[in-house]
Amino acid sequence: MKLAYWMYAAPAHIGTLRIATSFKNVHAIMHAPLGDDYFNVMRSMLERKRDFTPVTASVVDRHVLARGSQEKVIQNINRKDKEEKPDLVLLTPTCTSSILQEDLQNFVNRASQDSKADVLLADVNHYRVNELQAADRTLEQVIRFYIQKAENDKSLLVNKTEKPSVNIIGPCNLGFHVHHDIAELKRLFKDLSIEVNTIIPEGASVEDLKKLPQGWFNVIPYREVGLLSAKFLEKNYDIPYISTSPIGIVETASFIRQIQSILKKFKFDVNFEKYIDLQTRFVSQSAWFSRSIDCQNLAGKTAVVFGDATHAVAITKILSQEMGVKVLVAGTYCKPEETWFKEEVSKYCDDILVTDDHNLVGDMIAKLEPSAIFGTQMERHIGKRLNIPCGVISAPVHIQNFPLSYRPFMGYEGSNQIADLIYNSFTLGMEDHLLELFGGHDTKDIISSTLTNEICWDSEAENELKRIPGFVRGKVKRNVEKFAKKNDLKAITIDIMYRCKESGDM
Amino acid sequence: MDQKQTSLDNLKTVNFECETGNYHTFCPISCVAWLYQKIEDSFFLVIGTKTCGYFLQNALGVMIFAEPRYAMAELEEADISAYLNDYTELKRLCSIIKKDRNPSVIFWIGTCTTEIIKMDLEGIAPKLEAELGLPIVVARANGLDYAFTQGEDTVLAALANSFGAKPTSIELDRSRNQASSSLILFGSVPNPVVHELTNELNNFGITVKGWLPGKRYTEFPVLNEKDFVCGVNPYLSRTATTLMRRRKCQLIGAPFPIGPDGTRAWLEKICSVFNVQTPGIEEKEQKAWKLLEPYLKVIKGKSVFFMGDNLLEISLARFLIRCGMYVYEIGIPYLDKRYQAAELTLLEKTCKDMGTFLPVIVEKPDNYNQLNRIKDLQPDLVITGMAHANPLEARGINTKWSVEFTFSQIHGFTNGRNILDLICKPLERQTTFNELGWKNYHTIA
Repeated sequence: MKLAYWMYAAPAHIGTLRIATSFKNVHAIMHAPLGDDYFNVMRSMLERKRDFTPVTASVVDRHVLARGSQEKVIQNINRKDKEEKPDLVLLTPTCTSSILQEDLQNFVNRASQDSKADVLLADVNHYRVNELQAADRTLEQVIRFYIQKAENDKSLLVNKTEKPSVNIIGPCNLGFHVHHDIAELKRLFKDLSIEVNTIIPEGASVEDLKKLPQGWFNVIPYREVGLLSAKFLEKNYDIPYISTSPIGIVETASFIRQIQSILKKFKFDVNFEKYIDLQTRFVSQSAWFSRSIDCQNLAGKTAVVFGDATHAVAITKILSQEMGVKVLVAGTYCKPEETWFKEEVSKYCDDILVTDDHNLVGDMIAKLEPSAIFGTQMERHIGKRLNIPCGVISAPVHIQNFPLSYRPFMGYEGSNQIADLIYNSFTLGMEDHLLELFGGHDTKDIISSTLTNEICWDSEAENELKRIPGFVRGKVKRNVEKFAKKNDLKAITIDIMYRCKESGDM
Repeated sequence: MDQKQTSLDNLKTVNFECETGNYHTFCPISCVAWLYQKIEDSFFLVIGTKTCGYFLQNALGVMIFAEPRYAMAELEEADISAYLNDYTELKRLCSIIKKDRNPSVIFWIGTCTTEIIKMDLEGIAPKLEAELGLPIVVARANGLDYAFTQGEDTVLAALANSFGAKPTSIELDRSRNQASSSLILFGSVPNPVVHELTNELNNFGITVKGWLPGKRYTEFPVLNEKDFVCGVNPYLSRTATTLMRRRKCQLIGAPFPIGPDGTRAWLEKICSVFNVQTPGIEEKEQKAWKLLEPYLKVIKGKSVFFMGDNLLEISLARFLIRCGMYVYEIGIPYLDKRYQAAELTLLEKTCKDMGTFLPVIVEKPDNYNQLNRIKDLQPDLVITGMAHANPLEARGINTKWSVEFTFSQIHGFTNGRNILDLICKPLERQTTFNELGWKNYHTIA
């Protein structure tokens, strides 16, 4: 047993559901107790989805414990098949089904006899893998299934497209700034005259999967999800892949050069150097920004970076090589990526931390006192407590990290966004210091001035007042005091508050 | 007209239905969110998996960062396969909690996993209690058996069962000084509501001996045989049963003090049991309604559909019908017809008084079927969970999140305002958006 208050990566089934719901017309059925469909709330709230989340539960309750869930699961699969006519039903195990050890594969086999949809059992073990690993596996499983299906009925499209084309593999919903990144990648490929063959799974249909071998090469923008699929396609269909994330000016250039060398292998001679140079020096602002006098102030400032492997690596490199900020510690909660992570960042930071314990991260930050933190929402809260500014660069995130406006992290526009994020975090920090030096803003007292000081509050009433949310507390206080004055009362007790409320004056 | 009349005749008694139970709701372990804040000296340990932890972390959002008095005892593979010993593991964790937080009581919240692997929490607790010198209360708030607010019911039932069963000397002193047959109220409500309801009863000369739960574990009331108990929340049927059967208390079955009508009925029922008059209660109710008038103008004649997830639905529907609304359907996870009997009677009476049809009560609803009914009925407002709210809004249907009713102060004469505030918000927004022509955002067929 582990005493835990908070976790970075979600349980496995969330990863599977993220993949399932990113495809069009795929329905996931969770084998889970009542209340485990919290994923639907997250998708509907965080991403503000307009469609109903295609996830239902085959509820595990007492009856199921007594009798087994075979009939129920099969009924539920066949029912969804008729109601929604999905292309694929993905049966998703949860921690509960892991322990029940029912033969879910057998249910899937039986259900698929009567259903028009394909039916698959997501092959993930709750106690062995986390959300990201599960997403990676499920994506590979779905791709493998449909490629094999297409092989069997000879519908697999194996001829390469006429012009160079790319498959973008891995972006799925509830990811950090994923939709903006996809748009930016599309723009980048358009600039390079490369067609986007497919984007899997976000917005794709399972029908699109048989087109995968037509793509000249694959890119995996986020290394946590998609690598297994890329390796599968490389092994079986000889499709090369790029797993560099084009985040930051330097990495984006490296990403483009890798594309160039892949195209050259296809005897397609291109030279992107001029494009890179133009973008770097003139179209994007961030390389110039790094050079500008503003950024000089950042030289030697210290930072701590923590997040998923992709973003933590990218931001560490940007801070260190593009902005001259000293990264004290770079860390990630993606333990399976430990080796890769260490290789990538060891040159760019003093120390490395791989952990999924937020207390360790908090203690480390408290000890180092960096001038800024770049991390997840958890680090933002740690920063708040320690009074250190924090820029959020990675999941897990809140609704405010699903912005309406265009905020990619990838490509040249992404580098502008990141430069702003980094710069603003540090200036805020500096402003804070100046405020401290000059004794802070001096307007607070005026804002909270009350009606009169003659009326006193007894401690019980004062406590009650403190429970009232801050933004209305002042108003409530004034109204109760008005009420007391009107009724010629000198001291406010909890009963007077109540009488005031009853009279409708509060 | 004639046709309408006959259809109304058919709907004069409450119509109960039961569907498939395929609906969205919160897991009952969410009760720790409000119970740890209510019981100030408690610590809640949820014994479950990452799935439970992830739900709590997301559902409770900001609270998680405020060093809450709850935590997960996260079960790992070695716990599931019984490679590790439950007793030693729980002892290790509870010793840390005792050292770091020094609570007066630790609640163990059992989950689906502890049920399935049959972890003997009730067996381990007394042993550890003795070793740690700290009371441990075990509640099985799992998703196999319960929905959302029923989590509170399992905790309060466990408290009712254990508290004061072996009274300490102080408690004995306290109980000696008190007359028998006094009144104890049960249900976790915010302290201002406790004050308000206690005060209302005081006004008629009835003393409330205590609340289950009180502000602190150490302040919980002593339960004696023949004590009267009365619930303030509609989802506390297990607690009621425990108080009656195990502690031999007498249950006052009343409608719940939600809305001025419910509050009055609740007070009158309690007063009638204690044989006291309720002078001025009529005026008090009228005064409360008067304050609600601006809201009533907005909602009168509008229709509501409850998809059901927190068991407050019948009381809320009854209040809204009294406010002049029409309720098509009351979805509810579970209905204890005995515990809610007085509330159901009041619902029937209210419909009759208001000359409106009786809503269908759908227990264990099926969300998919409900969405089809909503599509047909096009109600003015759907009260639903967060999973359906945005998709419904995109289809031009106004929604209100049902959880907000769980987390707002809704009891007593004055808090009807909070309920109507929540109801009015989406309805008033609608007017502006419709004028702008922003109605349907749903493009996929």
